[in-house]
Amino acid sequence: MSAVIDEHGHGHEHVHGPAKGLMRWVLTTNHKDIGTMYLWFSFTMFLLGGSFAMVIRAELFQPGLQIVEPAFFNQMTTMHGLIMVFGAVMPAFVGLANWMIPLMIGAPDMALPRMNNFSFWLLPAAFLLLVSTLFSPGGGPNFGWTFYAPLSTTYAPESVTFFIFAIHLMGISSIMGAINVIATILNLRAPGMTLMKMPLFVWTWLITAFLLIAVMPVLAGVVTMMLMDIHFGTSFFSAAGGGDPVLFQHVFWFFGHPEVYIMILPAFGAVSSIIPAFSRKPLFGYTSMVYATGAIAFLSFIVWAHHMFVVGVPVVGELFFMYATMLIAVPTGVKVFNWVSTMWQGALTFETPMLFAVAFVILFTIGGFSGLMLAIAPADFQYHDTYFVVAHFHYVLVPGAIFGIFASAYYWLPKWTGHMYDETLGKLHFWLSFIGMNMAFFPMHFVGLAGMPRRVPDYNLQFADFNMVSSIGAFTFGATQIFFLFIVIKCIRGGEPAPAKPWDGAEGLEWSVPSPAPYHTFQTPPEVK
Amino acid sequence: MHGLSQRRLVLRLSLMTVVMFAFGFALVPLYDVMCQAFGINGKTAGQYQGSQVSDPSRSIRVQFMSTNASDMVWEFHAKADQIEVNPGAVNQMVFIARNPTGRSMTAQAVPSITPAEAAAYFHKTECFCFSQQVLQPGERIEMPVRFIVDRDLPAHVKHLTLAYTLFDITARQPPVARLTAEDVQGAR
Ligand code: HEM
Ligand SMILES: [Cu+2]
Repeated sequence: MSAVIDEHGHGHEHVHGPAKGLMRWVLTTNHKDIGTMYLWFSFTMFLLGGSFAMVIRAELFQPGLQIVEPAFFNQMTTMHGLIMVFGAVMPAFVGLANWMIPLMIGAPDMALPRMNNFSFWLLPAAFLLLVSTLFSPGGGPNFGWTFYAPLSTTYAPESVTFFIFAIHLMGISSIMGAINVIATILNLRAPGMTLMKMPLFVWTWLITAFLLIAVMPVLAGVVTMMLMDIHFGTSFFSAAGGGDPVLFQHVFWFFGHPEVYIMILPAFGAVSSIIPAFSRKPLFGYTSMVYATGAIAFLSFIVWAHHMFVVGVPVVGELFFMYATMLIAVPTGVKVFNWVSTMWQGALTFETPMLFAVAFVILFTIGGFSGLMLAIAPADFQYHDTYFVVAHFHYVLVPGAIFGIFASAYYWLPKWTGHMYDETLGKLHFWLSFIGMNMAFFPMHFVGLAGMPRRVPDYNLQFADFNMVSSIGAFTFGATQIFFLFIVIKCIRGGEPAPAKPWDGAEGLEWSVPSPAPYHTFQTPPEVK
Repeated sequence: MHGLSQRRLVLRLSLMTVVMFAFGFALVPLYDVMCQAFGINGKTAGQYQGSQVSDPSRSIRVQFMSTNASDMVWEFHAKADQIEVNPGAVNQMVFIARNPTGRSMTAQAVPSITPAEAAAYFHKTECFCFSQQVLQPGERIEMPVRFIVDRDLPAHVKHLTLAYTLFDITARQPPVARLTAEDVQGAR
């Protein structure tokens, strides 16, 4: 793959072209190179985490144990979650940030290019370490992506120490990435690019970066406490020594809830560029979008215990966290309202990015509604740890985060590669993903409400039919993503040459540079009116 | 152009990172303080120093539970399942533990009150959970807990449960020497 990109890289930039060969990628400090590497890394992890999901769905295709041992099944659910969250979604957004933020604000590069290189290269190391635990005696992490103590301490496999170290590396990478994004946005904007003129993708990333700086250190803290409990005889999470396992959940979810917004806010931003472009209307309510994002970010810090309604929170606490959680629906509703209003009476066309963006709005809203159901504390007593929760978070993460990433990829592929992707294939990718995804996750609402617990390799006969439908949907969705790989490679290799601005309704500085974007852009800052 | 301000910005952001890392650890004592202040999780406070006047007009049923944590092998139970007490009065219950194994072991009991909202109104003036128990092979002890149910206990709470979970902490605190009753008294 690097060869492919290499080719067009120096094909277009004769003067300040990139270095040649492998070392270009190892040593590069160019934001476009690093963005490309992040995106490829993320896609690799997406396929790896996806293949683990296929193992899960294959086992759940029918009731009874048929394909894998329960112990391995647990490793699959754990690794699937960890890889998708930390390996696929987060790096994809960092990749998009690297590529697009400098282009959107008229900056020549990221503010801290060498740190940028380092934050990327930490990731392959972290995930090599994490995935290698699967081959260690005793197996890899099997305690769920939420790694609750004491499952992840007292009862953890030996490899948990490697897991902890991998999380540390990912955390350092994310924090450095976030510092870089903030420094770029605050210091490198072109003259005239005031904060309130920034594209929403830049705004949502600025806020996401602050969320990262606020919560990734807490995640580092919680794994450090685990490390100390396991190896140095402390008892943060062990009741025997005066600690408390419930404390783990508080610290984890103090990180965890903002984390789910880290995975969605940049998608909000990208969709807020894409919908206006294909509606040929400016975004409705730009200012309210900025404030709504800020409000969501603030609220995300005071709702974490909605994941813990059943662990024993006093009634006042349940009420507080219930109402605070429901409050998040208000700024989220503002956003959905604005997207719909942008489309209202617009001259809509439905190219692939727009298809993904519209599906994003509709399906993310469904996920928001199931979130509201879960936020009702007494109802959550029944829904908690059932497949209903799995349905909820897949509706916010797959058509939310992942569709947001797909929409962005199709929207900006012409800028990255200089070629138009194949529109027919793109639409096919969309429809197969859309059908597969809904088929996989919609039935989970029903089996969840009927009481099927999550994280089990076997289940009651009554859930059999719906699970089979889910599995077929999941296989469809999974296979479709290999097709996406084909579409992207095809687009890199050739296709209709893309003009500087391939979408007639698109706005923004990124469309003022040629396609593909030259290796160096905005060496002299553009003038923003 | 932005050299200096950039340096300062990055420093500030790094400082934020460090502060948030520390904050993660600060959550630990914060959690304990919150739990004890509000009786969340049924956590009880340390030793109670005050005293109260008994209220004979009200009677509360206190139930006792004793549980062994996983891989704890001691015999462990309360002398009675439940007693009726008056708020304000000092009451006593004796728990019995026996080490049936052939080696000396150390144990730690961790108390919890249900309903959690009553935890702040349950005062222990003396408890074996304030220290560790060391038992020689086959040894049996009687361990008292003295407590006062606060007169301000909300009216709708008619009975509460005091549950102890006994943990084996031999690995953490090897039983060095046998403690005499005087030692234990002195340590308290
Ligand atoms: C209106 C907005 C939302 C509300 C009210 C909401 C509410 C909730 C609640 C109450 C739970 C806990 C359910 C339980 O464990 O019993 C939950 C779980 C979850 N939510 Fe949301 N949510 C919202 C949006 C999101 C978004 C935007 C994301 C991510 C992009 C997300 C990702 C998750 C995940 C990953 C879990 C499950 C974590 C686990 O236990 O593994 N949610 N949500
Ligand atoms: Cu949450």
